[in-house]
Parts: sequence; structure tokens; C-alpha cells
Amino acid sequence: MKTLTIQGPKPKDVSIARIGVYCFLILCSLFFLMPLYIMIITSLKDMEEIRQGNLFYLPKNLSTYAWPKAWGTACTGFVCEGLKPGLLNSFKITIPSVIVSVSLAAINGYALSFWRFKGAYFFFGLCIFGAFIPYQVMIYPLLRIENILGIYSSIPGIVLVHTIFGMPILTLIFRNYYSNLPIDLFKAARIDGGNFIKIFFYVILPMSTPIMIVAVILQITGIWNDFLLGLVFAGRENQPMTVQLNNIVQVDFGVAEYNVDMAATILTSLVPLLVYFFSGRLFVKGIAAGALKG
Amino acid sequence: MPISNSVEVKNLFFKYGTFKGAVNILSEMNLSIHKGEFMVLLGPSGCGKTTLLNCIAGLLDLDKGQIWIEGKNVTWKEPKDRNIGMVFQNYALYPSMTVVKNISFGLKMTGASKTLIEKKVKEVSELLQINDLLHRKPSQLSGGQRQRVAIGRALVRGAKVFLFDEPLSNLDAKLRAELRYEIKKLHRDLDNTMIYVTHDQIEAMTLADRIAVMKNGIIQQLDNPKTIYNKPNNLFVAGFIGSPGMNFFGGKLDRKNNALNIGNTKIKLDPYDYVSKPQQDLEVIFGIRPEDITLNSNSSISIEAKVELIEPMGADTLIWTSLESKPLAIRTEGSSELKLHDTLNIGLDIARSSIFDKKSEERL
Amino acid sequence: MNLSRLLFRNLAAKIALLPMIVISLTVFVGCVIYSIIFSFTNSKLVPVFDFIGWFQYTRLFKSRKWDVAVENIFIFGFIFTIGCLILGFLLAVFIDQKVRNESLFRTIFLYPYAMSFIVTGLVWKWVMNPTFGLEHAVQMWGWESFVFDWLVNRDLAIYAVCISAVWQGSGFVMVLMLAGLRGIDEDIWKAIAIDGIPKWRAYFSVIIPMIRPVIVTSVVLIASGVVKVYDLILALTGGGPGYATTTPAMYVMEHFFNRANVAQSFAAATIMFISVIVILAPWAYWEFYFRQRKEQN
Repeated sequence: MKTLTIQGPKPKDVSIARIGVYCFLILCSLFFLMPLYIMIITSLKDMEEIRQGNLFYLPKNLSTYAWPKAWGTACTGFVCEGLKPGLLNSFKITIPSVIVSVSLAAINGYALSFWRFKGAYFFFGLCIFGAFIPYQVMIYPLLRIENILGIYSSIPGIVLVHTIFGMPILTLIFRNYYSNLPIDLFKAARIDGGNFIKIFFYVILPMSTPIMIVAVILQITGIWNDFLLGLVFAGRENQPMTVQLNNIVQVDFGVAEYNVDMAATILTSLVPLLVYFFSGRLFVKGIAAGALKG
Repeated sequence: MPISNSVEVKNLFFKYGTFKGAVNILSEMNLSIHKGEFMVLLGPSGCGKTTLLNCIAGLLDLDKGQIWIEGKNVTWKEPKDRNIGMVFQNYALYPSMTVVKNISFGLKMTGASKTLIEKKVKEVSELLQINDLLHRKPSQLSGGQRQRVAIGRALVRGAKVFLFDEPLSNLDAKLRAELRYEIKKLHRDLDNTMIYVTHDQIEAMTLADRIAVMKNGIIQQLDNPKTIYNKPNNLFVAGFIGSPGMNFFGGKLDRKNNALNIGNTKIKLDPYDYVSKPQQDLEVIFGIRPEDITLNSNSSISIEAKVELIEPMGADTLIWTSLESKPLAIRTEGSSELKLHDTLNIGLDIARSSIFDKKSEERL
Repeated sequence: MNLSRLLFRNLAAKIALLPMIVISLTVFVGCVIYSIIFSFTNSKLVPVFDFIGWFQYTRLFKSRKWDVAVENIFIFGFIFTIGCLILGFLLAVFIDQKVRNESLFRTIFLYPYAMSFIVTGLVWKWVMNPTFGLEHAVQMWGWESFVFDWLVNRDLAIYAVCISAVWQGSGFVMVLMLAGLRGIDEDIWKAIAIDGIPKWRAYFSVIIPMIRPVIVTSVVLIASGVVKVYDLILALTGGGPGYATTTPAMYVMEHFFNRANVAQSFAAATIMFISVIVILAPWAYWEFYFRQRKEQN
């Protein structure tokens, strides 16, 4: 009987299904990578080649003209200092905003998980509801409020706005994370004599590293990439990179220099892309955790 | 091939991992399971029992060897072509489908006609008494009902061999006992070959026709429950089976006098049935079960001891004492009149004891 | 329970949550009410309380621009949601097939999400540039009659927006779907193998029903993003050609800053707000109702 000889692992058949899976994934990868590829090669071409040449072809003569121009001399409106000021502004906006919004959300999540009181959940629900309201409904009144407070068109102004709009989702993911911590830890700390603040700093905060990282990554990318809020609330001297970028590209007068435009887009994306590449797995976890457990 | 073997595992090797980091889960595994037999694979976590089951099912690809089911070489066959059914720890019923759909889904995939499917579903649901559950969803069923539906799903495709992957592990003690009884009844009624994986030795003892006790991918002993209990092959099997466990003592075997020296205590071994009598004096481990020890022995073999702890267990009582400064547990029926520090004259039933070579841990 | 006990019990937590409470009330409730109230006025440059009833709304609904904006948000919303759901789901399913280099693929599909909407808009604007972009490239390859001028075509521009949006958003949905797929008990897959169910059929009849909550969450999150979309369109088309790709969000912003007609903006913003409520309310109710039921069990 021939079957007597069949033994050992089944021969791996390279089935059509398997090939199909890889084909699909590779085709999709091409679709997703194409714009990045074009960004890079266009920034390395000179305008002559861009005009005559093919969008997809590699540069025949490598030209780094676009890069210093995008960085230091491109015109963003009346000023021609490139993206450089925008970089500093983006940092000035992002760093305090991340710190304030994440800290506040952590305390909120902590208070909601361990120290419930009547009505807390009502306001929490209200807060979550706020995450879905379109910005446009709240921008103008917010502007007026900040004007009254004297912080409109300033760094504190934009930091406040980012904190407000970031609070719902961040509080949600902190709360979900904390509610999955063992409550016995908290009870033991209370018996040991801890109060609200002590327990937070000595017990909860040391255990918060994973979710802190996730929240920080989400906020860094979200705030750095923001355009509208920075445009409205940061003030003319503090415009973030995204706004500068838009100004460079959308010139109404003069000649459009596409290589400079593309170099500028890459520069603007560098920080969030780097953050993403170095912490990709955590980024993924953060999105899933925030959205799924909610 | 003798057709009386329902399932045969031949020379099976299974590795986990690749190259240098690979771990041999199963090596040279050979096992024959008879038609209609209830075979239990018993062992601690990591012993390879679940891996073996998954290889038999075709869910895992083995590295070397063959699997034969009902006289056919199924080594390269897909699980669905092996004519098997499987019941999982969490039953794995399709949550969004009703009981009827759950049972008939597999059959529908084979292209069977609607009338045939209806007929088979009716047969199976009558046999398992799940007629009035047919239109419920799994979330609306109790543990026992889910188990029956899981079995029905396998039955309806005419599976000849049933595989069970620790189906009772997640349940509380009472439900476990109930469902254990149902599985045993099912085996009696259906008479299919059943291969059952568990780490619970009580399940193994009550359900099995034969038990394969496994450790580190190797079958330590393959026997019926009675033999495994009374004549364990090695130290591991002896310690794994039985609750409360066997008492163990280190000692020296005096071959000339056929006696055992445990410290200052000397025990005559005349009633002991050797597998192979050793040629010289040896360091051994002596094992005796708590129920094979008598409290007030009137025979010549009698050891003096004092009661140190009493554990009333309801139907019996466990008396703790010590022999040569090591704890010794004695089981006695009913409740005991003994008090702490009472003196005992304990007798050991040598014929029912076990002696193991200390180095090889094998039974002597 | 007297008032002081009510107030001082758990005081620290109440103080800690004060910012959240204040913000929720002032901004999420207060500002919305503010906008609604002033939509009933005739304010131009600054909000003035000169009440004129439904005037702004009638003007809104007569506006051709608003019609286009609403039509666009429906087209965009539908295509964007369905596109992201299907592409995200397929990407998740295929990645989950024990492919090698899974994390490489995941990185490739998700990196667009780490980029700003402005960047996405500008890059796709360049790619779809009729003179120098895709159209020109394909024509150079020999297909001389190839045309891809969607960006300057009034009827097709909105679809160009959809493509770039799906490119950016599918990765996010993929991550959600993947998490959902990975949450499925491995034993279910074993049962499927033993039952002999073909894989595609299994996804259809067993798996998709099992990840229904994830799908619902994805739809809600995608939908909440649809109404907010602004940066992307501003960068890609500026709302054009003409106002062919304008949206309610752009309409609102325009009337705030460029056209100095704040009351009209408030009216448009109020309509946006109401439509979000209308979509969200049934979902929120269903979520909480079901969660109550689940917790009772």
C-alpha cells in the first residue's frame, strides 16, 4: 500500500491562496508607500527635471537644492525664513500641551477609577460626548473666552485648547487602564494610611508607565500634526510647522517649486514619523486600547 | 494492520521552535488505542499531552512519524478528512449561531442535502436530549448543555473518534462531577473511541479504560487505572496518582535478609512482589498509600508512633504521624476517636506497597 | 445627608476632577449653547444680541454652497466609511494569516496615520496634479489618452478627496480590526478546522459576527472623523474647484474669518452639531443599555 510510506510533516504546498495573500499585501503596500516615495524623490529633483520628467522616475541628477530652501529661505507669507521658525514653534506648542493634557487625564482617570462619587460618571459621560462634537461648533466661543482671559493668540492659549480637546479620549484610556489594575493594591494603600495624592504618586504613577507611553505618543503625533487649532489659537509668532508648510505650498504668486514643497512636507512629518517608527508597537496598542475598551 | 486498533501513533516526533532553540515536545512517541476504548492522556502542564492530541487531530504538523485512524494513514490529511470530532475546554461553539446551526454547519459544508441534514440533526439531538434547546444560542445554555451541543457537533458528521481537550478544567467541582458522569454515560451508550486529555487524576481514574501517564513527552506508564494505582511503574507515576498522595521514605534495601532499613526501623519485605529482584544492596525509596496502613496492627510487623495531627475529611479521617522524623499519613474510615499524642501501633501492608530504585526511580 | 457632608466627602477627588467638570460644562455644553443662541441673531463681525429668528437658517438652506457642502459630506462620509472599513478589514485579515514580516506590513499600512492631514493633502495634490503628476506620468508611458484631472473636475474632485482620506485612515481601522480578530478564542479556529469549514466561509459566517462590537466602534470613530474633516480638504483642494469640495466644516470656518458673518457660521455649526447628535444618540443609548444588561448578568 502506497499509504504505508506517507509519514512526517505534510509537504508545504505553495497554494494559490498563499500566493494571493502575499500579492494582495504587496499591492497594498505599493499603494501606501507610493506617496512617501514620491515625496522623497521629488524633493531630490531640480525643477527642470520635474517639468519634463515622469512623476515616478528616480532623479537623474540628484539635487539637494530644495532642502536648505525649505528649511531656511522659503516664503511663508511675507516672511521668507522657511520652516525653521515653525519647528521651534511646534516644539513650543507640543511639549507643554503633551505634559499638561496627559497629566490632567492621568489624574482624571485615577480619580474616576478609584475614588468614585455621585455625579462623577455623569460629567465623565459629558466629557466623552464632547469628543464627538465638531470643533467648528466650539471654536468661536472658545476664542472669545480666551480673549477675555487674555491668552488668545499665545502659547498658553493653544496649550489650553489642546488640553481641552485631548481630555476626553485621554481620560478614557487612563480610566480604562486604571480600572484594570488590581483594586486590592489600592485598598492596601488606604489601610496603610495613604490619601488621594500620596497613593497617586507612590502607588499608581509607578505602575502607569505603559499607558503613559501610549498617551504621550498619541498626543505628540496628534498635536504636532494639528493645523486648524494652531492656526487659530497660537498667535502669529507661534505658528506651528503644519501652518508654515501650508503657507509655503499654497503660494498665490510666484513660481511653484514642487521640490521645495515636497522637501517641506518631509521636514514637517519627520518628528511624528520618527516617533511612530521608534514606538510603532506601542502606538498600535494605544489606538486599539483607547478605541476598543471605550 | 490489526483493525482492532482505532488510532495508532507511530514513531511521532514533534519539535517546538526552530534550529538551535527547538525543544523536543514529543520523541519517538508510539501509542495504540483500541476500538471503542476510552484512553486518557494524563500528566502535568507541559508534558506534551495536548500536543499529542493536536497531532492526532491534524491541527499540528508533526516532524516525523505517522498517524493512523481506523486503519487509514491520515498523516497528511486535513482535520476534516480524519473523521474525528473534538471537544474543547471552552467548547468553542459558534456564538452567533443557534444550536441547530452550530451542529449542522460542518455537515452543510460537505454539500449534504437539506433533508439529510435535518434527519441527522434530529437523530443526534434526540440521543443527546437537546431537542428543546435547538433554537437557543450558546450564551443561553448551561455548561452541561454546551458540552452536549459540542459533542453533537462532532457526532452529526459520523465521527468515529472523539477527542477531548480538558473539557472540565474551567468548571467548579460540582459541575465537573456532573459532566464527568455524563461523559462516561455517553461513552457507554455510543461506544466510540475516545481520547481524553486532562491533568486531573481523578477524572483519569474514573473515566479511563486505559491511562497514558506522560511526563516530558514520554509515556511513563500505559495501563488500566487499577494497575496504575496499585503498581505504579516509577516514582513520578506513584506520586502523581492518588489523593491524598503516597507516602515516600528513603531507605536501604538489605538483599540478603530481604528487608528494608529506614533509619533505625527495619521492615521485612517477604510479601513484596518484585518486578525484578536486585542483585545487591541498594538505596531505595519506599512508597505506601495512606489507606494501606493500619492503625492498630496485631501482626509481628508493627511500628510505634505518636499522633501528631488529625484531619477529619468527612467520609474518612487522615491521621498524621512520623516515621524516622518524616511525615506519614494514615487514612482511616469514618471519624476517629484518636486524640493528639495518642500512641499508635501502625502496620504496613507490604504487598500493596511500592519500592523504587533511588537512582533510576524505577519500580523494583 | 446634609449639604456639608455631601460636599466634603471625597473632597480630594472632587477637586481633582474639577477641571474636567468645568471644561465639560463651559466648553462642551456652554460653547455649544452659545453658538446655538447666537445663530438666531444677525451678527456680522462680532456676536451681537440682535435676535432675528430663523433668518440665518433660511439663508443657509437657500445657499447653493451649503447644498453642495451637505451633498459632499454625505458622499465623502459614505465612501470614506465603507472604504476604510473594507480596506481596513481586508488588511487585518490578510496580515493575520501568519505572514512573515507581519510587523513590516503593519508599519507600512499605518504610517500614513502618523502624518498630518495637511501633509497628506499636499502630497496627494501633487500626485494628482494633471500637468506634472499621475496623468502626465502615465501618458509618458504610452497611454496617451489617459486622463486623471479629478482635482480640477467639479464633479469628480470630491472623489479625489475620498481616495486620499481612505489612504490615511485605513491603517487605523486595520489596527482596530486586527485587535478584534486577535481576541477570538483560538479554539474557535480549531473547531472550524475540524468541522471542515473553508476559511472564507468561516470569516463570513463565524468571525465577522463575533467582532461586531469592534465593527460598530470603528464605524462610530470613522463617522466622528467625517464631520470634522477640514485640514485635508483645505490642503488638497482648498474647497475647490470653486466650491465643489466644500464641506459644512469649511462653510463654517469661511463665514467666521473670511466672510465676517458669524451668525451664519453659528447656524451652520448648529446644524452640524444636531446631525452629530442624531447619529450618536441611538448608538450611545444602545451601548449603555446593553452594558447595563451585561453588567446585570
